[in-house]
Amino acid sequence: MANEKTTTDQAQEMVNLTINNIPVSVPKGTKIMEAAKSIGIDIPHLCYHEDQRVKARCRLCSVEVTGKRRLLAACSTVVWEGMEVHTDTPIVRDTQVTILQMLLANHNQDCLTCPRNQNCDLQRLCSRFNIQQSHLPRVEKHEKPIVTNPAIVRDPSKCIRCGRCIQACKDIQGIRALTYCGRSADLRVTTAFDKPMETTDCILCGQCSLVCPTGAIVEKDDTQKVLDALQDTSKHVIVQVAPSVRVALGDAFGMEPGAIVTGQMVTALKLLGFDKVFDTNFGADLTIMEEGYEFLDRLQNGGVLPMMTSCSPGWVNFMEKHFPDQRDHLSSAKSPMSMFGAIAKTYYAQNAGIDPHDIVTVSIMPCTAKKFEAARPELGHDGLSDVDIVLTTRELIKLIKYVGLELVSLPESDFDSPLGFGTGAGAIFGATGGVMEAALRTVYEKVTGKTLEKLDFEDVRGFDKGGGIKEATVELPGRTVRICVAHTLKNARKIMEQIRRGESPYDFIEIMACPGGCIGGGGQPIGTTNAIRRKRIEALYKIDRDLPIRKSHENPDIIKLYQDFLGEPLSHKSHELLHTTYHKVPLPYEFD
Amino acid sequence: MSEVRFLTENFGQYDPSSINSYMSIGGFQALRQAVAMDDPEGIATLISEAKVRGRGGAEYPMGRKWSQARAVKGEKKIIICNADEGETTTFKDRELIKNDPFNLIEAMIIAGYVMGATDGYIYMRAEYACYRPLLLNAIRQAKSYGFLGQNILGKGFDYDIHLYSGAGAYVCGEGTALIRSIEGKAGRPRMKPPFIKVSGLFARPTCLNNVESLSLVPHLLRDKDKRYLTYGVGESVGTKLVSVGGNVKHPGVFEIPFGTTVREIIDGLAGGLPDGHSLRLIQFGGASGKIAGPDILDTPYTYEDLRAAGVMVGSGAICVVDDRTSVIDFLRINQDFFYEESCGQCTPCREGNLHIKIILDRIANHTATKDDIKTMEKMARVMSMSSLCGLGETAQNTLRSAMQVFPEVFEVGGAE
Repeated sequence: MANEKTTTDQAQEMVNLTINNIPVSVPKGTKIMEAAKSIGIDIPHLCYHEDQRVKARCRLCSVEVTGKRRLLAACSTVVWEGMEVHTDTPIVRDTQVTILQMLLANHNQDCLTCPRNQNCDLQRLCSRFNIQQSHLPRVEKHEKPIVTNPAIVRDPSKCIRCGRCIQACKDIQGIRALTYCGRSADLRVTTAFDKPMETTDCILCGQCSLVCPTGAIVEKDDTQKVLDALQDTSKHVIVQVAPSVRVALGDAFGMEPGAIVTGQMVTALKLLGFDKVFDTNFGADLTIMEEGYEFLDRLQNGGVLPMMTSCSPGWVNFMEKHFPDQRDHLSSAKSPMSMFGAIAKTYYAQNAGIDPHDIVTVSIMPCTAKKFEAARPELGHDGLSDVDIVLTTRELIKLIKYVGLELVSLPESDFDSPLGFGTGAGAIFGATGGVMEAALRTVYEKVTGKTLEKLDFEDVRGFDKGGGIKEATVELPGRTVRICVAHTLKNARKIMEQIRRGESPYDFIEIMACPGGCIGGGGQPIGTTNAIRRKRIEALYKIDRDLPIRKSHENPDIIKLYQDFLGEPLSHKSHELLHTTYHKVPLPYEFD
Repeated sequence: MSEVRFLTENFGQYDPSSINSYMSIGGFQALRQAVAMDDPEGIATLISEAKVRGRGGAEYPMGRKWSQARAVKGEKKIIICNADEGETTTFKDRELIKNDPFNLIEAMIIAGYVMGATDGYIYMRAEYACYRPLLLNAIRQAKSYGFLGQNILGKGFDYDIHLYSGAGAYVCGEGTALIRSIEGKAGRPRMKPPFIKVSGLFARPTCLNNVESLSLVPHLLRDKDKRYLTYGVGESVGTKLVSVGGNVKHPGVFEIPFGTTVREIIDGLAGGLPDGHSLRLIQFGGASGKIAGPDILDTPYTYEDLRAAGVMVGSGAICVVDDRTSVIDFLRINQDFFYEESCGQCTPCREGNLHIKIILDRIANHTATKDDIKTMEKMARVMSMSSLCGLGETAQNTLRSAMQVFPEVFEVGGAE
């Protein structure tokens, strides 16, 4: 696909053209869409997404090019020398408006009660083009939202068939859980055999929901459950916030991508009425203790290697569905979220003198799959779930707006104690490579007994490095440890196939299901792009850099937790509360 | 003027299941001639000289197509024969496959030689499954005689032909959809570029031709006296297969020299309309073609004259409609076809076909408003201007030509 690639990395040959009579000079290979953007003209589009391969399906970006009989799609047409593009002629506007009217006539227009109300590309475009009452009869099929799992809801009546979700699933994750089916007016996006998503290859990562331009794929909304719990005076409602939320939340409140809003976010949660506002970074530090010691144990006692991280729930789902035969490679350590929940309902409950049955643990996560994780029956203790309700970053945005808070102008406050203190190591859990780096900081010091001078493991950092698969080696006494960090499941599949073939050179592997790690998670604000992901990664490393304690094992509250309650990592109590098991999940096309 | 035998000269002259029979009438001489030429480009020149335009419907100059495809550099180039023949009232390729399969095989080998290809694919519509054994037999025999396989005719030319069947989708006659169908994907067109000639089947450089276009090549090579050039008028050189259907006494496929009038074709070759019925309209080139009223009858059947009369040669289909079918009913049937056959991935074609169908039904039921007519006209224009592929672009050709030829039908309230 020679034309797919813009030639930015080559010696840039420039092409001159005019757009609406404005001269433009762009690198050879640029598409009309991007050339127009470079001079501030936003050509309307729905199927086009800056991080995706061009689809050219919605045809909304049709523009006039002098000398061409037909309109050309701005998303797919590469500019040429002397090209004359017109984006605002009557025929162009008429075509764009007609296409929008066609889409609307086949769209469930309950915008006022739609989860994507005021955050919908179709709505925005209809507003922009002043679409009024159309002569077209409504032809949408009356379908109900498909609510079959705790994480993702599909509403086919809102689908405009742009194919962004299909492409995210296929190109980012390599899963292909979603596909087109049928033809002509019956073309629709669906799953294999029309089965509920969770029973198919889908691992509920939610990347589809992140790119959907309308409300056709959304997270399952649990905000009302939280509001109900907050109203219930018999409940002690505590909340934990994942490390990546604090660098993404600001997007929805008009702040620059990558803005760090930790303090304002904590204030907002307190104003929302949570009894305690805690930090998942604490859980992350705890995970490092357990997972780090587990790795050392496997390394020293001939355990299954490579060991693989287990904090990304989409990744865990992937293993259980697609590589169940290899699941012994997964660390038995629960995710930071679930560890936090387990500790909250035992250690915290004891110390605070609260009946754990009265505690409601709410998690704010960048992730749709976390909702599924929280619902796993094995993640709990004495009949209590570790985590009761999971909200995505998007749902937190809704709650903050619901109570009318101006996030930007809120004063900053600190997390509550004792589960609110996290180190820099915990903070970087939200970025690809972060868990590995955090683990290495602890493992190195525990094994060598020496202080690690240089804390930054640059080799495992970054969004673009190695096409998403990063490698490094670390020297431990008597052994060179080979590590690997991968994000997206397309990359994870490569790693897993290597392991299955018995050819994996690694000892320890970190996998994050979503691009860039949790900062690019499927529950993050709509509009998350790779450019924004890079900014959020930078922000997390800044948080780490600015913290006085940057190693999990130096977290005083973690030290105290082990002293007072758990004993030591991998103790009997730790195993009971902080470790889990995995199982094989059958797929609909697997037969005995 | 009457039928001629140039492209169809082998019909009935040999046993289509026997390569020996084919060779006894000079079969594979054209291939021998082709490989003996100093420069295979000469064959593209020969085609250009005969001013052959693609017979599938797009009317692209075939000699130019071959020259361009030849010039593309690449490994393992591919020749595809488009035998999907999905246009309505189009059944000429069937006659070529049925009566002269070895000529098609020979043509594909020549094409492969000219283009420097390693593989040829015949993509035949599902409905022609009954001819699969015939073609497979022809391929097998050609292979056993060394016309396919390794080092063909000692020229160091390796080439094989594969037969694929569609699953019944009209859109798979569109080049990119056809290719995806062979690749085992859903038959939906993709955007261009990349163009097929650069990145086609299995991302290899591909030259795609219609059955009739390809079949002409061996005949042109053998035509020492340039008999072909004596047929036709002006720029429309040679002969053309037309398939005549609809309300005629003797529907069928006829090879005519360009310049034969439409009346001669319909009344002379196809036996005229059924007794007691008068002509309402004629649709040229199938469902994606255009229609004309009775005043087209004395127009010579050439690319230029038909175009001037508002219609096109296209696939060579001629669908004759008599006074028993109203214009609107004909349009509804045509529209139902596209409503069924659109792949649905691009908005204008998916939604446009649905809305136009609704409005045509309203016109038939006398419930349409003036706004409906305006909307329909606009939709048809938007579809042709902005659809992803040729299907959406041409789907409303029939409607748009009807709005010009029969404006009174679209006067709301005005019955026919």
